[in-house]
Amino acid sequence: MRTRSAGRQGDRLFRGSATLAGTLILVTLAGVAAFLVYEALPAFVPEPGRAGTGLGLASYVWPLLYGTLVSSAIALLVGAPLGVGIALFISHFAPRRLSTVLGYVVDLLAAVPSIVYGLWGVTTFAPALVPVYAWLERHAGFVPLFAGPTSPTGRTILTAGLVLAVMILPVVTAITRDIFLQTPRLHEEAALALGATRWEMITYAVLPYARSGIVSASMLGLGRALGETMAVALLLSASGGVTLNLISTANPGTIAANIALQFPESTGIDTNVLVATGLVLFVVTFAVNLAARAIVNRRAEFSGAN
Amino acid sequence: MAKRIDVSDLDIYYDDFLAVEKVTMTIEPRTVTALIGPSGCGKSTFLRSLNRMHEVIPRAHVSGKVIMDGQDIYGHDVDPVDVRRSIGMVFQRPNPFPTMSIRENVLAGSRLNNRRMKRSDAEDLTERALRGANLWEEVKDRLDRPGSGLSGGQQQRLCIARAIAVRPSVLLMDEPCSALDPVSTLAIEDLIAELKQDYTIVIVTHNMQQASRVSDETGFFTIAGTGKPGRLVEMSDTATMFSNPSQKATEDYVSGRFG
Repeated sequence: MRTRSAGRQGDRLFRGSATLAGTLILVTLAGVAAFLVYEALPAFVPEPGRAGTGLGLASYVWPLLYGTLVSSAIALLVGAPLGVGIALFISHFAPRRLSTVLGYVVDLLAAVPSIVYGLWGVTTFAPALVPVYAWLERHAGFVPLFAGPTSPTGRTILTAGLVLAVMILPVVTAITRDIFLQTPRLHEEAALALGATRWEMITYAVLPYARSGIVSASMLGLGRALGETMAVALLLSASGGVTLNLISTANPGTIAANIALQFPESTGIDTNVLVATGLVLFVVTFAVNLAARAIVNRRAEFSGAN
Repeated sequence: MAKRIDVSDLDIYYDDFLAVEKVTMTIEPRTVTALIGPSGCGKSTFLRSLNRMHEVIPRAHVSGKVIMDGQDIYGHDVDPVDVRRSIGMVFQRPNPFPTMSIRENVLAGSRLNNRRMKRSDAEDLTERALRGANLWEEVKDRLDRPGSGLSGGQQQRLCIARAIAVRPSVLLMDEPCSALDPVSTLAIEDLIAELKQDYTIVIVTHNMQQASRVSDETGFFTIAGTGKPGRLVEMSDTATMFSNPSQKATEDYVSGRFG
């Protein structure tokens, strides 16, 4: 009987610590939300003579939010398909030895600090893109996105988006690769036995199986892109203002980078305004994740989990 | 249409390892050929070599010939994808695509060959294949529901419908009933008897009663020991194999003295 009661005690202990850990997450989240709301509140009250408070807050946040969304969207549009492609290559096309090496390289990319990406962007990537942007302006200038005049430094919102794409690549690749590798052999063989080519087998068995995982991985990547601070702060030469132009000198900033750049010199109500922009970012990230969940759950019945 | 398969001197390798050696057999059209034998004797490997499915394992290869319809399916200019389109396969565990509806599962193979199918043709094909697999009456009202929601036996018949929807010449079955209850097993066995009229069927089974119930011809595989290659001991019509086999090893196995 002794062992049994000891077992129960262990059970209770484990349940207790697991519950504590779960609760801690909720408390932390609630704490962050409460802090943001409390510190942001003063900014919602109009203060005479101070732009960016009250209704003015919206016109202060909007260009930053726009820049955040545009750079993150570029990152997602470029990074997610590329990441999924790399993951597919590693899981289903590359010879085993090469795929192991590639796996390590991808994991290594994830470990590079964001400031390094920022430095790389400023010193190498942005100058390298200048002729590309010039070419784009000449040949695709009729598209508002590439209207120019092009930035002589290359430190545009498009460059920022592309650097963010590189930064989210390891997250997307690592997660989707693991899911691709878990595709049931049973379903891969079902497709092959019907006379599917390798690619057809992937569209029949692998991608549908990994669908929710691809969405989750992309959302994790998007979360990183939305919140990325250092790389963008270093790289983007922001002048504020909303523009469709991706390659000009007039670039919108992003919320996170703007906070990092302005915070050290802010006092009083300015700090509250910055926190309010942080609150907006928090809400947007939250909404993006909710939307992703909804997308995943819409076809839960066909997920194969039943 | 049902076709005859001539296998001669087939050695099957996984990398350097010889898994099955020197199999020579003839599989007649519109018959059911059962392959029996103890675990690990290579009967599943042999079955999978008939539509080159064993090649999904890297560095698997064969020597010898498998002639179907006058053509060696291992010929230099033969694409395994084409082989698998004309030789269908049903697996041990039912494996409908979980992300597809019942209808999409049935049409999966045809969509590979012919992406644009007229809606009415698709409807016809779905009904014909499901009727062919004795599943139509049970699922006709829920063709858009996921295939994974069916019972195990229904899922296996869905897999058979999916395999016959592309009108293969030969149907290979790798222990198709081993994951099913007796009632579902009976349904599949009845179905095999019907399918025999249109297809050449090769079935691997662990169940000797099943082999004697469903097959016309039976081949007995065995293995000398671990690490040794499996081989075909003898092959004959099923009645002879179970009553008066010519080899002692076969007699021991079918009478239950071994395996």
